[in-house]
Amino acid sequence: MSDFVVGGVKIPSRLIIGTGKFGSPEILSKVIEASGATMATLAIKRVDVKDGSDNILAVLKEHKMQLLPNTSGAKTAKEAIFAAHLAREALDTNFIKIEIHPDERHLLPDPIETYEACKQLVKDGFVVMPYIHADVVLAQRLADVGVACIMPLGSCIGSNQGLKSEAFIKLILDVVKLPVIVDAGVGSPADAALAMQWGCSGVMSNTAISSASDPIAMAKAMAMAIEAGHIAYEAKLGAVSNTAIATSPMDDFIKEAKEWASMTH
Amino acid sequence: MSFYDTLMSLDINEDVEFIKKASSFEVTRAINKEILDVRDFLALISPCAMRYHLDSIVAKAKAVTKANFGSTVGLYVPLYVSNYCTNACTYCGFSAHNHIERKVLTFDEVRAECEAIAKMGFKNILVVSGEAPHYVDVEYLKKALDIVREYACYTQIEVQPLDTDEYAYLQQNGLDSVSLYQETFHPKTYKDCHPKGKKADMRYRVEAIERVASANIDKIGMGVLLGLYDWHYDLAALAHHMCYIKDNFISTRLSVSFPRLRPCASGFDVKYPVNDYELCQIIAAMRLFQKHASLSLSTRESAEFRNMALSFGINNMSANSRTTPGGYTADNKELAQWDINDGRTVYQVVDYLKGRNIDPVFYERTV
Repeated sequence: MSDFVVGGVKIPSRLIIGTGKFGSPEILSKVIEASGATMATLAIKRVDVKDGSDNILAVLKEHKMQLLPNTSGAKTAKEAIFAAHLAREALDTNFIKIEIHPDERHLLPDPIETYEACKQLVKDGFVVMPYIHADVVLAQRLADVGVACIMPLGSCIGSNQGLKSEAFIKLILDVVKLPVIVDAGVGSPADAALAMQWGCSGVMSNTAISSASDPIAMAKAMAMAIEAGHIAYEAKLGAVSNTAIATSPMDDFIKEAKEWASMTH
Repeated sequence: MSFYDTLMSLDINEDVEFIKKASSFEVTRAINKEILDVRDFLALISPCAMRYHLDSIVAKAKAVTKANFGSTVGLYVPLYVSNYCTNACTYCGFSAHNHIERKVLTFDEVRAECEAIAKMGFKNILVVSGEAPHYVDVEYLKKALDIVREYACYTQIEVQPLDTDEYAYLQQNGLDSVSLYQETFHPKTYKDCHPKGKKADMRYRVEAIERVASANIDKIGMGVLLGLYDWHYDLAALAHHMCYIKDNFISTRLSVSFPRLRPCASGFDVKYPVNDYELCQIIAAMRLFQKHASLSLSTRESAEFRNMALSFGINNMSANSRTTPGGYTADNKELAQWDINDGRTVYQVVDYLKGRNIDPVFYERTV
C-alpha cells in the first residue's frame, strides 16, 4: 500500500481528527487510541500561547500526535497569517491548516483570502494545508503556489451532510497531483469510505465522531472505513455496468463439456 | 436605511398576530428546515409550538448545539467597574433614582479585581458599567481594558452605547466583543422605562449595533430584557435586527443573551413575566434560528435552570459573578445591579460540567 505523505512527512493513519468538540480530554485520548489516528488538528485560538498548560495539547503530546494547528476564527488572510506564525512559535511545527470563514451562518471558506494567505505562508516556509470549497480551479491555483495538499469540503462544517460536492472532488482528484483530504461534512464511515474509494488520500473528521452517542466507537468505525476505502481504491474497483453480466460466462460451456465427457468416456 | 428606520417601517404587531395563529404545519416546517428565516423563528416561539412541538424543538436544538459546539461550554466572568448611572431605567438597580452607594473603580482596583478573577481561572472578561460618561468614558475604558488584557485572552464590554469612532478606537486597542441589549423594541414601553438620561434616545441605542459592526468588532451580544414587554413582540423585532446585521455585516459574529427581569433595588413590578417553560422555548428556538450564534445565560438564572439549558442551546455562561464594582476583592451586596441566582463557585460549576462530560473552555481568542 502506498504511504500517506504530506509536506515530506509520512502520516501513518489517513484519518485526521478534530479536537475541539469533545466533552473531556479523557474522551479525546480514548478517541485517539480507538482510531489509531496520528494527526490531529487544533484551533490555535484555543491554545494559551503564554502558559502552555492546555489540556487538549497535553493529550496530543502524550500520544505523540503530528500537530496540525488551524486558523479557525480568522476572517481575513492577515489574521490567518498572524495565527499561523503564532502557531509555529507556540507549537514548534511548520504544519498549518488554513481556515478562513468570515460568515458564521455557513462557515464556508473565503477563496480570495485563502489564496492570499497560502501564497504568503508557503513563502514563509510553512507546510500549508488549505480548507477550500471543492473548487477545481482554486485547487489548481493553490497547487501552483506550493501548498502541500488540498482539503475540499464535502458539505458545510459540522453538518454531517456527507459528500454533496462529489462531482467536484472527483475533478480535483483528476487534475491536482497533490494529496486530497476531504475536510468538512463527512457524516458517517460510509461517507469516509466513499471518499477514499475515489482516491482521496485522507479524511478529516470532527463532528461525525464528537456528535456520535459513542464517540470512541465511532472513531474506530471511521478509521476502519477509511482503511477499507483506501484498500478498495488501490485494489481498483471493477467497472460499473448498466446491464446484468453473468458472473461467469463459462458456466454453461463447462457444463456442456462435462456432459460431453460423461458420454464419451 | 438604518435598522431604526427599518424597525419603524416593519409591522411587528402583525408578527405577533402570526405567532398567535401559527399552526402545526408552520412549526413542523420550521423544525425541519436547514436555514430558517424570521417567520420560521416566529412559528417556533408560538403557543402552538409550545403546546404540541416543544419536545421536537428541544431535541433538534440539542443536536444542533452538539454539532456546532460539541460537548463544550465557554466560561466568562463580568467585571463591574462602575455603578454610577445618569439613566433612570425603571427596572434597574443602578437607576439614578435609587439611593445606593456609588463607586467607580480606580485602575489599581481594576487590577486587583483582575488578580482575583485570574485566580479563579477566567480568561474571558466582560467589563460592565452603568451609563455615566463623566466617570466611565472611552479613555477610561481603554485604560481599564489595557489592564484587563494582561489577564484575559478575550475582552468584552457591556457599557453605554458609543459612537463609531469610539468603538473603532477600542477595537484597534484589542477589544473583541460588545454586548448591548435593546431592553425592548416597543417604542412606548421603551419611552416609559427610560424616562431620563441619554438612554431615552431609542434611535441612538438601536443604531449602536450597526456602529459596533462597522467598527469591525468581532462579536456583538444582542438581546432584550425579558419581562419588560410582550416577549413575542420583542423577540420578533430582535430576530429582524439579527438578520439585518448579518445581511449587512457578513463577518460580524453574533451572540444572544436571555436576561430575565428579577427583583432588584428599584422594586420593579414585572408586568410581562416569562416563565421557565417559555424561556426554554425561546432558547431552543433561537438555537434553531441561529445555529452558529453563541447563546449565553448569566447567573441571573438559577443553577438548576442553567444546568438544564446547557443541553438544549446554551454554549456560553458566566460563573461566580459579582454584579458589584469591586465585588471580587470585597463583597458588598448593597452595590449590586441585580441579585445572583446561581451562587455556585467556579470550582463547583467546573465540577458539575466535568461530571456531565462537558469540557469547560476558559481560553479562546478571536484568532
